[in-house]
Amino acid sequence: MNEISGTDRLRIRPYALTGGRVRSTTELALETIVRVTGRCIIHAHELSSERREIAGLCDQPVSIVEISARLSLPLGVARVLVGDMVSEGHLNTHQATETEITPDGRPDQRLLERVLNGLQAL
Amino acid sequence: MVFKRSERPRADKPVPIPVKIVVAGGYAVGKTTFVGSISEIEPLTTEAALTSHSDGVDIAGEAAKSSTTVAMDFGRITLGDDLILYLFGTPGQDRFHFMWDDLIRGAIGAVVLVDTSRLEDCFPAVDYFESAGIPFVVAVNAFFGKMHHSLEDIREALAVPESTPMVVTDARDRDATKGTLLELVQHALALVNAG
Repeated sequence: MNEISGTDRLRIRPYALTGGRVRSTTELALETIVRVTGRCIIHAHELSSERREIAGLCDQPVSIVEISARLSLPLGVARVLVGDMVSEGHLNTHQATETEITPDGRPDQRLLERVLNGLQAL
Repeated sequence: MVFKRSERPRADKPVPIPVKIVVAGGYAVGKTTFVGSISEIEPLTTEAALTSHSDGVDIAGEAAKSSTTVAMDFGRITLGDDLILYLFGTPGQDRFHFMWDDLIRGAIGAVVLVDTSRLEDCFPAVDYFESAGIPFVVAVNAFFGKMHHSLEDIREALAVPESTPMVVTDARDRDATKGTLLELVQHALALVNAG
C-alpha cells in the first residue's frame, strides 16, 4: 500500500504511543467516523507525529478502523489515540444519534430502512 | 430527501453515519472474499490484540500481555451521502469471542458463512449470535452452486429455528453477496418491527 507514509521509520513498541494505556478516556466504537476540527488545523504543528498522521487522514471523514489499517497501528492503539484527540477537541465524531438506535444500541427501524434502500440501490 | 433543521447538510459534505455487519465463519470459508466482492475498497486488514481487556484493572499489565494479535479484515460500502456500511470479517473460533463482543456492539447483525464440507466450523459463531440475541442469517457458500447437503439438512444439523433465514450464496459474486446482506437487513428490520 503506497499511501502508508513513514514506512521507513523505526517501528516502535505500539503501546508506548499511548503511555501503556489500552483504553481511552472516550470509549469509541471501532467504526466511529471522525474528522479534524478547525482547532486541530490551527494547532497541527503542536501535535506528536502519530497524531499529525491521524489528523492528516481525517481531513475527510474516516473511521477508527480505517485509521488503524492505513497507518498500520494496532486497533487498540488507534482507538486510544483517536479517543484522546476527540477529548482534546482535535477530532469530531459522528455516530448514529439516540433517535436512530434501539434501546439495546442497534440501528432502529428508520436507520435499517435507510440501509435497506441504500443496498437495494447499489 | 427532507432534513430536520439540525440535520440539514452544510455546504461541505456531511459526515456520514457508520453502520456495520459482522461476517463470521470458520477458517478459509471465504469471509474476506465475501467482503471484497461488494466493498468499494480493497479489504483492509487491522490487528487486534488477542487479549481481553474488558476489566481494565491492571492496565499496564494488560497491555504488556497483548503480544498475540489477530488480523481482522474489513470493507466499506457507501450508501448515499450520509451512510457508510462497514463489513467486518472475523475469525470464527471460540477464542475470538472477546472480539465479537466488541464488534457486535451496535451492529445490524451478522452473516454466518458456512462451508458445507466443514459444517462444524460455524458452530461457535451460531452459538454466539444465538445466545447474544443478535440478528443473523446463515449463508451457505456454494462454489459453482455446489453443495454437499441440502439447506434443510444443514438447518437440522445447525439446529437453527425456521425463523433464522438461511440462504445459498457465492462469496465471489457481488449480487449474491448483496442478496445475502439484504436478507440480513430485512431480518433485522422484521425483528425490530416485531418489538
